[in-house]
Amino acid sequence: MLKLEGLSKTYKTGDPALSDVTLSVPKGQILGLIGPSGAGKSTLIRCINRLVEPTSGKVMLGDVNLVGLSKADLRRQRRRIGMIFQEYALVERLTVMENVLSGRLGYVPFWRSFMRKYPAADIQRAYQLLDRVGLLDKADNRADALSGGQRQRVGIARALAQDPELLLVDEPTASLDPKTSRQIMRLLTEICAERGLPAIVNIHDVPLAQQFMQRIVGLRAGRVVFDGTPDQLTESTLTTIYGEEDWHEMRRGDQEQQEAEAEARDRMAALAK
Amino acid sequence: MSAPDQYPSTWRRPPQIVTDRRWRLALQIGIVVYLVLAIGSVEVNWSRVYEGLERGQRFIMGFLQPDFASRWRDISQGLVESLTMTLTSTVVGVAISVPIGIGAARNLAPRWIYYICRAIIAVSRALQEIIIAIFFVAMFGFGPFAGFLTLSFATIGFIAKLLADDIEEIDETQAEAIRSTGASWWQLVNYAVQPQVMPRLIGLSLYRLDINFRESAVIGIVGAGGIGATLNTAIDRYEYDSAGAILLIIIAIVMVAEYSSSYLRKFLQ
Repeated sequence: MLKLEGLSKTYKTGDPALSDVTLSVPKGQILGLIGPSGAGKSTLIRCINRLVEPTSGKVMLGDVNLVGLSKADLRRQRRRIGMIFQEYALVERLTVMENVLSGRLGYVPFWRSFMRKYPAADIQRAYQLLDRVGLLDKADNRADALSGGQRQRVGIARALAQDPELLLVDEPTASLDPKTSRQIMRLLTEICAERGLPAIVNIHDVPLAQQFMQRIVGLRAGRVVFDGTPDQLTESTLTTIYGEEDWHEMRRGDQEQQEAEAEARDRMAALAK
Repeated sequence: MSAPDQYPSTWRRPPQIVTDRRWRLALQIGIVVYLVLAIGSVEVNWSRVYEGLERGQRFIMGFLQPDFASRWRDISQGLVESLTMTLTSTVVGVAISVPIGIGAARNLAPRWIYYICRAIIAVSRALQEIIIAIFFVAMFGFGPFAGFLTLSFATIGFIAKLLADDIEEIDETQAEAIRSTGASWWQLVNYAVQPQVMPRLIGLSLYRLDINFRESAVIGIVGAGGIGATLNTAIDRYEYDSAGAILLIIIAIVMVAEYSSSYLRKFLQ
């Protein structure tokens, strides 16, 4: 479905952010991209829809090479790629509905989007998506009136409104609490499974990645240093990706957190009786 | 970590701009010396100041006994002219400013358009209203039309510049998100930029509306019509009581504009 061939990016400052990344993502696969800050995770997914211009290499989506497309052609291809952002990136002063409909911008002429006169099918589909992410009653609220988790759901609905063939997800849970993070990840994986959508998910929470991803790619200093299943992600591979650290300790910490959450849940349940 | 008495107990903020102590001292002394010399060079003619005080007193007496009635026709005509001029020039000026402001935003416009728009803004801001007014009065004759053109032109420099600066400071991730949907440039402006800058644009327009009213009183003095022309005539005729009345009306209108625009701006946030 998506093939990256020898993708490199060097910023104007001379920092090589990506060097010679070759990857392919088949239909329906959810790929987690892990790596330390500055490893080039963000650059990699932004090179795919060319929010960042790659310096060299190919990005093949189906059989179209996205690198070197003209502006108009690039716009047409961007419709095929939905993107979900770390800080949700909703347009805060627009309503939830407008945010979801903005996923259709690549399909409608300017006057329709300006007058907010979208085709009936688009509107129906937007409502359907809002229902899917559980925010049907929030359609007319302004985006800045929602909580973090709700905003990320709107972000997901906006990306899906594009009818994408690929999802790019940039740190979807970085600004969310652990419980909401898991809910959002679950929703994402469910939706990808429903539609057979491939997705590339930047994620720096390793346990979360292991829990939800089918395949994990480790990036270090702009190079792929690991590519395998979550089970293959051992302590020594984590050390190659992140450098020395007590991984055992971190996992135990996460387990502790889960236990604490479970206990809190039980206690809440007991109180409710 | 050692025992606390091993660490220094005093701390001073290190100098941030001029780090050398001698240079700092020299600069401070230099500034004081220049200030003293500059004040010393202002020539004050004390007998003339005394004369002026007397005239000032007459002026203030006029203020205290404002005469609204005897020149009311001139005053009301001037007011209507000024208010018309203010409103039309603000609307026209803002309408022209919006495209120029968008063009002058580095993150939206191509380089060459950016330089053209910034140049227009620079010209408009460099020329003070009175100078433009003199120019337009010379071109189109006395009256409110020259005033209308002057204020429209001045509005462009003000609104377009502040709008452009505001657009340059928008949250880029929102724009990135809209761009990643395959939106065109116009859709980007409409969906990602406009919602972010609209409240401020409205606030600035209201603010400019009351600046334009105040300016309309000033440019009237050089012949661009409105209440300023009436005021000028009254002063020329030594009718300080009428002039006082006009000033009071101007103050009242500016105050009303100030309160209502700040109320509206608060409402918009």
